[in-house]
Amino acid sequence: MSKKSGFLSSSIGKKFLMGLTGLFLISFLVIHVTLNSFIFFNDGGATFNAGADFMAHNPIIRILEIGLFAGLLLHIFQALVLTLENRKARPIGYAVVKGSANSSWYSRSMGILGSLLLLFLVVHLSNFWVPTKVAVFNHTAHDTFAGMKAVFSQWYFVAIYLVGVISLLYHLLHGFQSSFQSLGLNHKKYTPLIKALGMWFSIIVCLLFAAMPVTMFLGIIK
Amino acid sequence: MSHGNMNLTLKVWKQKNKDSKGRFETYDAKGISPDMSFLEMFDVVNEQLISSGKEPIAFDHDCREGICGMCSMYINGRPHGPKGGITTCQLHMRSFNNGDTIVVEPWRGAAFPVIKDLAVDRSSFDRIMSAGGFVSVNTGNAKDANNILIPKDDADTAFDAAACIGCGACVAACKNSSAMLFVSAKVSQLSLLPQGKVEKQDRVLNMVKQMDEEGFGNCTNTGACEAECPKSISLENIARMNREYLGASFTQNKK
Ligand code: HEM
Ligand code: SF4
Ligand code: FES
Repeated sequence: MSKKSGFLSSSIGKKFLMGLTGLFLISFLVIHVTLNSFIFFNDGGATFNAGADFMAHNPIIRILEIGLFAGLLLHIFQALVLTLENRKARPIGYAVVKGSANSSWYSRSMGILGSLLLLFLVVHLSNFWVPTKVAVFNHTAHDTFAGMKAVFSQWYFVAIYLVGVISLLYHLLHGFQSSFQSLGLNHKKYTPLIKALGMWFSIIVCLLFAAMPVTMFLGIIK
Repeated sequence: MSHGNMNLTLKVWKQKNKDSKGRFETYDAKGISPDMSFLEMFDVVNEQLISSGKEPIAFDHDCREGICGMCSMYINGRPHGPKGGITTCQLHMRSFNNGDTIVVEPWRGAAFPVIKDLAVDRSSFDRIMSAGGFVSVNTGNAKDANNILIPKDDADTAFDAAACIGCGACVAACKNSSAMLFVSAKVSQLSLLPQGKVEKQDRVLNMVKQMDEEGFGNCTNTGACEAECPKSISLENIARMNREYLGASFTQNKK
């Protein structure tokens, strides 16, 4: 036991947890983006609502949801611990820093991108997760698709969602491949594949997410 | 050969000792040959300072040929200056232009306190090495080196890791002041070879523990260390150390 707590309080252990929770959150994104893409059937939300209804009532999904929130909270908590420790590791900074010479801006901005994501998630959950929970609690039917249309008829929500998706894009562009390195997986043959997969995954998922508010706002999805 | 000498402005960090507050001081470097190394330029400036009765700028150096790792200078926002794959002593003044202003700072990090001006205390690296950066050998006659067969690939990878000169540019470059590239190079160089394998679990656990105690930050895989390392030490070493650390943490058969 003491050995295990030693691992998790070490710098490498903390990064390990960061990588694991990050990959776990990515696995959730796969399901989330797939189900939401049902709106592109453009059938007035019939397929999408059936899927959403299944997700809202299936007991296995309900249990996984608890895991998802636990994973997210762990990810955020670890991010905070790491960021604070890293600040302390350089009490006096440089006057001139040329970071662009050695690394990408988004790899150096994971904390800020993550904080933007967190702010977005607050808005996002209050838009969709809260109304669904209220409906399930009251045993009333809930038209999630209609809820989406209502939210995305307002330009400022569309804008907030686009900022959220762009933050996610850059968070993932670094995070996807970074999590493999944190878990100790770096291989001459597979690492280039992981990097390519991470890039395409991030771009495709974020394009699909971005298309949802935009197409609804423009009235393409009715 | 010389394409005409240059006049430069230097903004250099001056700090009396570990406990005092430092500040930037501006110096004129006149008549600098483009064929000089960056350290020779500092020698010229220091000669002028001494002959005019002023205090010279303190900086670390030793071999002046890129192998000792002493010449720590953070030049215009990058460790060892604008060129990749070299140390400050290997940087020539032809990499700058007449009239340039050059900002020179010490390595920054809680684990690298400033001793004076540009010289920093890197004994945190020494303590990490003492914690596990060695192989234990019995005294007595040395065995014939070729008794132990080593696959060529392993020997090459270990040698690449062993090229690390302990300069600390990786820490200086990292936004988190993480020492992962240095420590992983030292862990890899030993654990890849049969002589080092027997102690690899203790080694990685002890060296990482010491690294954390010294107050280095946590790696976020930005890759700045690899890009700025004068010996191009690979990030693969960090992944190897992460794997070894995970394995050792959960399988080491000790209390
Ligand atoms: C859907 C939501 C999210 C996903 C899919 C996600 C994914 C990831 C991944 C894969 C990593 C890389 C882990 C590693 O390098 O080992 C990561 C790192 C990080 N995340 Fe997130 N994250 C999400 C939300 C957040 C939030 C809400 C925050 C902050 C409040 C945050 C802050 C960070 C920070 C600071 C890092 C550290 C950078 C690093 O260590 O490389 N993330 N994230
Ligand atoms: S890994 Fe590279 S930058 Fe870091 S101490 Fe070794 S030689 Fe210097
Ligand atoms: S003085 Fe030895 S590496 Fe520069």
